[in-house]
Amino acid sequence: MADKIATREAYGNALAEFGDKYPNLVVFDADLSAATKTGVFKKKFPERHFNCGIAEGNMVSVAAGASTAGLIPFCSTFAMFAAGRAFEQVRNSIAYPHLNVKIGATHAGISVGEDGATHQCCEDIATMRSIPGMVILNPADAAEARLAVEAAINYEGPVYLRFGRLALPVIFDENYKFEIGRGVVLSEGTDVSIIATGLMVHEALAAREILANEGISAEVINIHTIKPLDTELVTASAAKCGAVVTAEEHNIIGGLGSAVCETLAETAPVPVLRVGVEDTFGRSGKVPALMEMYGLTAANIVAKAKAAIALKK
Amino acid sequence: MEQAKKAELSRIATNIRMGALTAVYSASSGHPGGSMSIADIMAYLYFSEMNVKVDDPKWADRDRFVMSKGHTSPALYATLAEKGFFDKELLTTFRQADSILQGHPDMKAIPGVDMTTGSLGLGISTACGMALAAKHTGKTFRVYTAVGDGESEEGQVWEAAMFAAHHKLSNLCAVLDLNGLQIDGPITEVMNPTPHDEKFRAFGWNVIVINGHDFDEIESAFEAAKQCTDKPTVIIAKTVKGKGISYMENQVGWHGAAPNKEQYEQGMAELAAQL
Repeated sequence: MADKIATREAYGNALAEFGDKYPNLVVFDADLSAATKTGVFKKKFPERHFNCGIAEGNMVSVAAGASTAGLIPFCSTFAMFAAGRAFEQVRNSIAYPHLNVKIGATHAGISVGEDGATHQCCEDIATMRSIPGMVILNPADAAEARLAVEAAINYEGPVYLRFGRLALPVIFDENYKFEIGRGVVLSEGTDVSIIATGLMVHEALAAREILANEGISAEVINIHTIKPLDTELVTASAAKCGAVVTAEEHNIIGGLGSAVCETLAETAPVPVLRVGVEDTFGRSGKVPALMEMYGLTAANIVAKAKAAIALKK
Repeated sequence: MEQAKKAELSRIATNIRMGALTAVYSASSGHPGGSMSIADIMAYLYFSEMNVKVDDPKWADRDRFVMSKGHTSPALYATLAEKGFFDKELLTTFRQADSILQGHPDMKAIPGVDMTTGSLGLGISTACGMALAAKHTGKTFRVYTAVGDGESEEGQVWEAAMFAAHHKLSNLCAVLDLNGLQIDGPITEVMNPTPHDEKFRAFGWNVIVINGHDFDEIESAFEAAKQCTDKPTVIIAKTVKGKGISYMENQVGWHGAAPNKEQYEQGMAELAAQL
């Protein structure tokens, strides 16, 4: 297992790496270059990195304008400010005219840790998902984050990329294929389908081991693209397993769990239990303690998996 | 400015006002007051100042215009129609469900519209982005934007003002349409954003104050803006809301109201008399 690395770190590295290949790539940041890791790009391409100061709304609209002149802007700040404060600029300046702007949002979710509730955005997937035409990518590890950045560059239109602060083990190797809108079956199973995104993919894989030891066969699916959702895969897996657990570091309202429920209600109604932040705010603390406190653990996925199986008719 | 040119611009501005009034009347909805106040500026921009190609609206090297005060789309649409980007007949479809002429400008649907706007404060930022992109890519096109005086109460206008000065966007020229009225009343009573000149100067801009209905002053201002090479320019244009139509001038109620048939006919007659 490689050293742990945060997806935000992989994001900054990927920008710097792809800056050579894509000369039109430019980066906007709002005084958080050290934290969002766009500083890595800035070091290599100082003339293509624009600090907008602490003014996220302006940054998003500036990026929209810059994209109309042929540039491919990535604008970065924390998820709270990108999808929260600048929601309207994302909707009206970028998404409504379907401009080619990428939003690199870091510090998403509870795993921000010590900064606490004001900075732990667990609503960004919900707000971004409600915008027509928005693509939402939520990579599970550094390898996937790198691939997500290049896929976003090659996609013509708005993309919201969600990155975390926490260093994570790397799951995927160089043979891993990433395609926007295509979920990935990490492990096949028959009793319950665990559909996970972001850092909860790690917990889902751990939960699968625990369930296997108890004789329960769990399928694990990585949904890196929350929108457009791979409804075909989600439907097929739900129909096969007859019970579903979703897992995300986000409010259970409006995120992956909601997207899966909305799909399955129409295509393959089966019991779905959602692991996520249960409609509450975060708080300061060490990340492991917080993940435990908010139920973002393999153990909680296991419990929900058993409960979902029990709900099968 | 030569008399012939002035007469021609004046005629075009009047046509823009007639087109805007027709659009709002046809829709029974829209924003005539601020469309009338900005009409002379629009005439100058599209018929004397900006380098655009009617047969190639997305030409990469064109000058850009962003109607940051997007609700005055009737003035923009009437200008684009006058210029030939689309048929003037389309103005009568303004705000209809099957029309490309959305209530607020839509860059994807309407030939000649450079940026989707309508939500106040966002347009000037997008204009900054265009100007920055021009500088970054070595292009010489200029970027123009019209900002409402009421709009200047939006914090984002000042975020953009800070950004433009910081990045020395001398290829950006904003026009502040200082007509003095917003929906709820005089700007100085609703939420006083004045003095605009001192504020923009403090933010690092080149500031020019003019009568926004005087083509000599308009021309001098845009020429002076081009001479300034290290700062963005704001032209603070003192204007009359509802300009050109007697019952609309300086009347707050005409910010976002459509004329009835009688008012429309009177307005068109008054404007026609100015041709």
